[in-house]
Amino acid sequence: MDVRPDLPWLTIVWNDPVNLMSYVTYVFQSVFGYSKEKAEKLMLDVHHKGKAVVSSGTREEMERDVQIMHSYGLWATVQKES
Amino acid sequence: MSSGFTAGPGGVVIADFDAAEVTVLRSLMAQILDLIEPGSTGDDPLERALGIGPSERPTDPVLARLFPSAYEDDESSAEFRRYTEATLRDAKRTDAQTMLDSAAPGRVELTGEQAQAWVRALNDVRLALGTRLEVTEETHEELTAMSEEDPRYPAYLTYDWLTYLQDSLVRALW
Repeated sequence: MDVRPDLPWLTIVWNDPVNLMSYVTYVFQSVFGYSKEKAEKLMLDVHHKGKAVVSSGTREEMERDVQIMHSYGLWATVQKES
Repeated sequence: MSSGFTAGPGGVVIADFDAAEVTVLRSLMAQILDLIEPGSTGDDPLERALGIGPSERPTDPVLARLFPSAYEDDESSAEFRRYTEATLRDAKRTDAQTMLDSAAPGRVELTGEQAQAWVRALNDVRLALGTRLEVTEETHEELTAMSEEDPRYPAYLTYDWLTYLQDSLVRALW
């Protein structure tokens, strides 16, 4: 996970009972260009821990990522790194 | 019953549907189009040009799930929604319309772009049904134990079929 200190905003994806594990992995791969391994690990974090940080960057970049997540029906929020 | 999607030559995906299955898919997409009204922007021409729309969280739980709040605090959420929800509504309507137009009995062959619209539209309708049915991660197992006389059975069966169809489409696209 690339969480650089100068990029303090995060995109969080939350678990929900509808989105399929295969679909969530596929979305992480095709939207963020992540490897299948990385996308699967993030999907499993969402599934088991209830949420995962899927990207970090400027606030504008994270708002764009959240908007894309919502277009795929994933439940995502923007958060400032604490 | 349709055996789901498989990858075809040249990046297309293929599935066979019977007339009853197409009726179900088309009816569900029509319901999604009824539910998700076009992105309503104000009368102000500038606001319209910028796609500025509503800032309040929808009261219907299905719409609230399809258009979730992007921030924990209400003020930032409202601001984000004002600038994005109208565009997102239009995108979801376009996906549903694409699926409505391309679902036909017999062999359905989808281009990459159409398949993207289908996979998102199938997810939207599963989110809508899943929210109404209050599904959990155990729903698939519950269904196998559910009596066919149970009043919830037909809706759960439809949900389960859509799950199967979406999963097959994701795997065909991979």
